[in-house]
Amino acid sequence: MKTFLDTVLAKANYQPVRLMSILRDVQAEYRHIPAEAIDILAVALKIPRTQIIAVVEFYSFFHLTPQGRYDILISDSITDRMLDKENLLSYLSSALKVKVGEVRADGLVSLNNTSCTGMCDQGPAGLVNGLALTRLDRPKIDEIAILIEGQTPLQEWPAHLFAVNDNIHKAGLLLNASFEKGTAIQAAFSNGTSSTLAELDYSGLRGRGGAGFKTAMKWRFCAEEKADAHYVVCNADEGEPGTFKDRVLLNSYADQVFEGMTLCAAIIGAKQGFLYLRGEYLHLYDKLQATLAQRRDENLLGTDILGLGLDFDIEICLGAGAYICGEESALIESLEGKPGIPRNRPPYPVSSGYLNKPTVVNNVETFMAAANIAIHGGDWFAKVGTEKSTGSKILSICGDCAKPGIYEYPFGTPIRQILDDCGAEDVMGVQIGGPSGTFISNQELDRKLAFEDLATGGSFIVFNHSRNVLAIAQNFTHFFAHESCGFCTPCRVGTSLLKNQLDKIVNGHGSAGDVAELEKICQLVKSNSHCGLGQTAANPILTTLQRYPDVYEKQLKDISYEPGFDLDGSLAIARRMAHRDDAAAHLSQVEE
Amino acid sequence: MTGTINLDGQTIPFTEGQTIIEAATAAGVYIPHLCHKPGYTPHGSCKLCTVKVNGRNCSACTFPAADGQTVISNNDELAHDRRRITQMLFVEGNHFCPSCEKSGNCQLQGVAYHLQMYDNHFPHFFALREVDASHPDILIDHNRCIFCNLCVRASQEKDGKNVFGIAGRGINKRLVINSPSGQLKDSDIAVDDCAAHICPTGAILIKRTGFQVPIGQRIYDHKQISEVALAAEGGSCSRPAAALAPSQEVAHDK
Ligand SMILES: Cc1cc2nc3c(=O)[nH]c(=O)nc-3n(C[C@H](O)[C@H](O)[C@H](O)COP(=O)(O)O)c2cc1C
Ligand code: SF4
Ligand code: SF4
Ligand code: FES
Repeated sequence: MKTFLDTVLAKANYQPVRLMSILRDVQAEYRHIPAEAIDILAVALKIPRTQIIAVVEFYSFFHLTPQGRYDILISDSITDRMLDKENLLSYLSSALKVKVGEVRADGLVSLNNTSCTGMCDQGPAGLVNGLALTRLDRPKIDEIAILIEGQTPLQEWPAHLFAVNDNIHKAGLLLNASFEKGTAIQAAFSNGTSSTLAELDYSGLRGRGGAGFKTAMKWRFCAEEKADAHYVVCNADEGEPGTFKDRVLLNSYADQVFEGMTLCAAIIGAKQGFLYLRGEYLHLYDKLQATLAQRRDENLLGTDILGLGLDFDIEICLGAGAYICGEESALIESLEGKPGIPRNRPPYPVSSGYLNKPTVVNNVETFMAAANIAIHGGDWFAKVGTEKSTGSKILSICGDCAKPGIYEYPFGTPIRQILDDCGAEDVMGVQIGGPSGTFISNQELDRKLAFEDLATGGSFIVFNHSRNVLAIAQNFTHFFAHESCGFCTPCRVGTSLLKNQLDKIVNGHGSAGDVAELEKICQLVKSNSHCGLGQTAANPILTTLQRYPDVYEKQLKDISYEPGFDLDGSLAIARRMAHRDDAAAHLSQVEE
Repeated sequence: MTGTINLDGQTIPFTEGQTIIEAATAAGVYIPHLCHKPGYTPHGSCKLCTVKVNGRNCSACTFPAADGQTVISNNDELAHDRRRITQMLFVEGNHFCPSCEKSGNCQLQGVAYHLQMYDNHFPHFFALREVDASHPDILIDHNRCIFCNLCVRASQEKDGKNVFGIAGRGINKRLVINSPSGQLKDSDIAVDDCAAHICPTGAILIKRTGFQVPIGQRIYDHKQISEVALAAEGGSCSRPAAALAPSQEVAHDK
C-alpha cells in the first residue's frame, strides 16, 4: 500500500489541497479508503486524520468500508423514477444477487441508489465504478450481469452501454455561434481588456448558474482586489436534478468554455484556473484533458499565450458526489481538499476565494457566453432577450415530453412555446429551475423564461396528468435531506424533519395539523438556513402546496391528530414473544 | 473606523472589524448563541444568533457591523424561530436533562430556559450514538453533541492540537477523534486542555468532578443565560465573570 500511496502522493505533489484527487485514486484502487491509508496520508500531507475522515464521510463516492469491485449506483432522480427505475433496480438487484445498499458476500459487486447523475434526458441512468450508464432496460441489465459475473474489465464492456448523447434539439444564439479557437483571446487583447470588460458589461450577461449576478461586475470586483494571486473557477458541478446542459457544453463546446475562462484570467489577472467537474461526469474527464492538452499545444494555454504575454493554465478537479459543492464557496472548500461546507459571507469569493485569494466562480454556460461576447460584441448579445435578462438561455428539458434534451431560447420566451417544441402533451405542471426552483401548474404556461419572471439555472422537468404531485415533492424533499451538508441546524435537522413530516402525510398518517406544521417547518428552514440549499429546500413543498392544496388534503385523515407510526404493528414482536394474539394484545391507533 | 448601528431601536457603537454580536455584547445586549464564543474564530452554524440586518436574516456572530445598519434581534418572530432551532437541537440528539451531570450548567439548557422552551415540539430522531468513556479523565457522550465545533476550535486554536473533528454529511454528522483507534484515550488530549472544558452541553465531561455542586445550585438554576453570558463575555456588567459564573468552562478558558 505504501508504494501505491507514494505514487499517488507524488502525482499530487504532496499537496493537501489535492486531497480529493488523492482519495479518488485510493478509492478506485481499494474500493474504499482503508484506515491504514488514512494514517499514511495524514502524515505525508501533514493534516489531521480527522480532516481525511471528514472528507471521506462527506462525499457519497468515498467509503470507509470496501464496495464491490463493480460498484453500481442507480440514479434516483424523479425522471428516472418516471422511467420505471424502481422496477429496474429490483430486477438488477435480483440479477446480480445483491441487495440495494449492500456489497455481495464475494465482494464482486455492490449496488445502491445515488442522487441525480445528470442523465435525465436518457435515463434510467446509473454509474458503474463512476462511469455513466444510460437508458437502462432489462436486456442491458442482463448484459451487465453477464459481464460482471464473467469479471470482464470495464474497458472491454461494449460501448453502447456507456453511450451519452448530446440531444441538442434547438440551437440558438450561443449554440449556433461561429467560433474559432483563439479568437476571443485575440479580440480581448486587440480591443484592450478594459474595453472587453465594458462590452461584457454592455451585453448585460448575468450568471447562468441560477443566482443571476452580473458577470462583468463580478469580474471587475475581482480584478480590483489587490493580491499576489487571482483564480478563475468554472463551476461544472451541475447537481440540480433535471439539469444536464453543462454536460453537453463540456462535451461539444469545451473550447469555448475554456476560452471564456482564459478571457476572464486576462481580465482579472489570474494565472491558474480550475474546472470543478462533478464526479458523475467522469466519462468526460479524458476528453476534456485532451482538449486542454491540445490548447496547450496551440499556445492557447500555458506561458505567453498567443504571444500576448498572458500566462494561464487550467486544471480539472473531480468532485465525489455532493450536490452542495455547486454552491460556490462549498466548491472552493472542496477544491482545497475539505468537505464542501459553504463559508460564511462576507467575505465573498471575489475578494477571498480559493486559498483566500480573489476568485471568480462562474457557471459553464456563463464562460461560454462571455467568450462569444468578446468575439461578437456586447450588442450582439444585448439585442436578444428582455430588458433585465439579455441573451439566450440553454435549457435541459426532460420528463414527460417527446424529445427530452437541450434547447436554447431567447429570454422572454413563454413556457407554452417551449413545451410545444419539446412535444409535451397533457401537461399537469412543470418544475422550473430544478427542485430548488418553482413548480408551475398548467394554468401558468403563459409565464416567461426570464429573471423577471421564472429564473432558472436551466432545468425544466415536465409532468403530465398521470403523475402524482406528492410523489414529486417527496422525491425532491428526500434529495435535499440527503444533500444537506449538515453544517447549520435549521437545514441539517430541518430538512430531515421535512422529509419525515411529508412521509407521514404521504403514507396516510397525516391530519390537518400535520400539513400546517409542515408549512411552518418549511418557513423555518427557508428563512434561517446558512446557504442557498437550505433556503430553497422547502420550495418543492411550498410551491406544490400553494397550487395543489386539495391533493395534500385528500391524503389526510379526518381526525385532528394521527401518530406517525403503526402502533399496533409495532407490538407484533411483543405478541409473538408472548405467544398471544387475543383482542387485548392489540391496540387501536386512536381512541374510538 | 468606528460607527454606530441601530439595534432594536437603540444606537450602539462598534469598532472596525467587530461583528454584530461583538458590538451588541459590548453594549450589554445579549443575543442568544451557542456556537459563538469570544476569542474563537466565528463559526456560524447553530443559527441561534440569527438577526434581521436591513431586513435580511444574518448570523450576528459572523456578520460584520457596518455604519448605519438597522438590526433587529428582539422580536416575536425571531424569538419563535430561535426556540424552534433550539428544539431541533434537542430532538436531533438525546438530551435527558434530569440525568445529565451538566444540568444547570449547560448552555443548551440555559438557552432553552431563556427562550421559554417548554417542550421539544418536534418528533425525536432517537439517534443511536455512543459514549466514549475510554479516557481516564475525560468522558464523551456523543448523544449530547450539537456540532457547535467549539472543541474543534479550542483544540486547534488554544491547545495547539487537533484532537477533534466533525465528519459526515447532513443528519449523519458526528464528532470524530483524532487517534488511530478513534477513541479519546489514544488521542493527545490532556485534562487541562481548553477543548476538554469548552463544551456548551454535556457532551464532553471531566470525570470525578460530577455533582460537586448539587443540581439546583448551578449557574442557570439561578441566573438567566443572558446575564451570565454578558458578564463572562465582556459586557457592561462590572462584576468579575468568575464570581457570577463559577463554571469549569469559564475558569479554564485561557
Ligand atoms: C446548493 C447550491 C448548488 C448550486 N449548484 C450550482 C451548479 O451546479 N452550477 C452552478 O453554476 N452554480 C451552482 N450554484 C450557484 C453558485 O453558488 C454560483 O452562484 C454560481 O456558480 C455563480 O456562477 P454564475 O454567476 O455564472 O451563475 C449553486 C448554488 C447552491 C446554493
Ligand atoms: S443551509 Fe444546509 S447545505 Fe447550506 S450550510 Fe446549512 S446545512 Fe449546509
Ligand atoms: S462535543 Fe461539545 S463542544 Fe464539541 S462540537 Fe459537540 S457540543 Fe460542541
Ligand atoms: S452563535 Fe451565531 S450561528 Fe451559532
